[in-house]
Amino acid sequence: MAKVTFREDECKGCGLCTDVCPKGILQLSKDKINKKGHHPAECIDLDQCIGCASCAVMCPDCIIKVER
Amino acid sequence: MKGNEAIAEAAIQAGCRHYFGYPITPQTEIAAYMAKRMPKIGGTFLQAESEIAAINMVYGVSSAGKRVMTSSSSPGISLKSEGLSYLAGSDLPALVVNAQRGGPGLGGIQPSQSDYFQATRGGGHGDYHMIVLAPSSVQEMADLTIKGFELADQYRMTAMVLADGTIGQMMEPVSFDFEIKEQIAKPWATTGTKMARKHNVVNSLYLNPEQLEKTNFERYERYEVIKQNETLCEEYLCDDADIIIAAFGIAARVSKNAVNEARANGIKAGLIRPITLWPFPEKVFAKHAEHAKQIISVELSMGQMIEDVRLATSCKVPVTLCCRVGGMIPTPDQVYNAIVEANEKGGK
Amino acid sequence: MIVFDRPKSLIDVPFHYCPGCTHGIVHRLVAEAIDELGIEGKTVGIAPVGCSVMAYDYFNCDMIEAAHGRAPAVATGVKRSDPDNLIVFTYQGDGDLASIGTAETVHAAARNENITVIFINNAIYGMTGGQMAPTSLPGQVTQTSPYGRDVNLCGYPVKICEMLSELEGPEYLERVTVNSVKNVYNAKRAIKKAFQNQIDGKGFSLIEVISSCPTNWGMTPKEALKWIDDKMIPYYPLGVYKDRSAGILGGAQKEAK
Repeated sequence: MAKVTFREDECKGCGLCTDVCPKGILQLSKDKINKKGHHPAECIDLDQCIGCASCAVMCPDCIIKVER
Repeated sequence: MKGNEAIAEAAIQAGCRHYFGYPITPQTEIAAYMAKRMPKIGGTFLQAESEIAAINMVYGVSSAGKRVMTSSSSPGISLKSEGLSYLAGSDLPALVVNAQRGGPGLGGIQPSQSDYFQATRGGGHGDYHMIVLAPSSVQEMADLTIKGFELADQYRMTAMVLADGTIGQMMEPVSFDFEIKEQIAKPWATTGTKMARKHNVVNSLYLNPEQLEKTNFERYERYEVIKQNETLCEEYLCDDADIIIAAFGIAARVSKNAVNEARANGIKAGLIRPITLWPFPEKVFAKHAEHAKQIISVELSMGQMIEDVRLATSCKVPVTLCCRVGGMIPTPDQVYNAIVEANEKGGK
Repeated sequence: MIVFDRPKSLIDVPFHYCPGCTHGIVHRLVAEAIDELGIEGKTVGIAPVGCSVMAYDYFNCDMIEAAHGRAPAVATGVKRSDPDNLIVFTYQGDGDLASIGTAETVHAAARNENITVIFINNAIYGMTGGQMAPTSLPGQVTQTSPYGRDVNLCGYPVKICEMLSELEGPEYLERVTVNSVKNVYNAKRAIKKAFQNQIDGKGFSLIEVISSCPTNWGMTPKEALKWIDDKMIPYYPLGVYKDRSAGILGGAQKEAK
């Protein structure tokens, strides 16, 4: 059971993680705005996460934690 | 021993094991001496690719908490000025030697004192000072080098030995019978955290203006302590003097002869020889301005220290200039004649 | 089981970099290398002048802020102050390393100074707002080359890895990028090797990381990563330019061999 968590308030909404997710389950939130004023990245279907950490590898702000 | 070699040997005695420099006349003996000695005592001598690189290597060793020095001559000190400003901004101790030669530009390779402003005002950009030590004998080249290292560590700033080509090349006996004090601890140094403390940062960047202002004010409070405790000068026959010579370094040696000749001829002449150019011995000048008729600033420049003499005496007494420049040195006769002239028609 | 988290030698504060700026990725890779090699307590980092000027706020190891371009000289001093016990790295951008600090870079390499240099090449001055860099591409529009970099007026970009590979001095020179997951892993391998070389006393290792600057390139972060593939890498080919221990020599030395 894989798990990906974001430090939501530190996300700058660059979207690099969403592009590399092999399952296509990451997106920039359409309705949420974080403390920095960005639409933060979020996982829309955690069940499909395989814990590959591609998102975390590409995250320039080191705010993604991946567990498996 | 040559003056330049005395500096190098004194530095080694003071525990300096790192020297970085770039060849330039007339101070190359220091580098040559270090190149020979450092490898034998486990130290580092490195000829850098430029004066700029050399002063930044100094910055690195100093950050890591070790005694370190570089030496150069006037045009090279201009190149090092960037590093001098960063050393000041990061509160790092270092010893820098300037064996001055004539300028501006390439100037010449003969002795000069025309970097007085550059040295006493700091040299690089920003609000800061260096402790500036002006030797006038080969013995003092050694003494003030050791003192320079100690003051630099104590106050976390650059000490500059402001010499000139003459004293650098001069041969005199030197005693190295020093008592070297134990070096003080440097808990701020970047020696690796060893996972036992928070990381140390050596830095001169303050994007917050309030913080930069505070840092500058604190630095200047330290400068006030230095002014109180570390000002050095020699007063020679000043107490009853009508005519007082102000001179440092090689100019002071010449002037002392002229003062002796004047005394032999019944003129009450004296000499104030600042040993620290920054801090400047303001109080000594102020004291003697009360009784002197005239002060003559004898310099190997177009008149630089004279401004500090005038400031220190609050213009209570006329201050005139007696100078040679471009690598020329005033003769004792020239200074003596200036004393005679001042005694006859000068004064307040 | 945690598969991925912040490296320990990275201080837990947010980076000040723009969204999508790859400085953050490279910072993390450096920190991961430090963690994995267990050298945080003996490492001293030298920060440059440029966007990464405040790198000293991000690494847990001792840090020094150097004057613009002088980091290799400062690193030389630090390393020589305690060569057996300290690991020293510099982190520099293209303006810092390839323009104002070219002399310091070349001579540290020529001396085979036992240090690790991380060189961020994003072909632009980011901190000052997007001026032409020594590595800006021919024709590249920047604030100070508004009609595109004119090579007749201001010459050609400086190719650091190629240039340094002509020197006998340096141990290891490699150009990598961080514009894809695969490339990030590759960059990590190179950076870790550059530190390992220093631990092994092999000498000067420089990793040039082709990076993006979405803000000053005027692109989205995603477009910027694609621009690396389309424009940067053809001009700055990736690969090992020198690895003395592996028998890979550069330029004339290769031909002589």
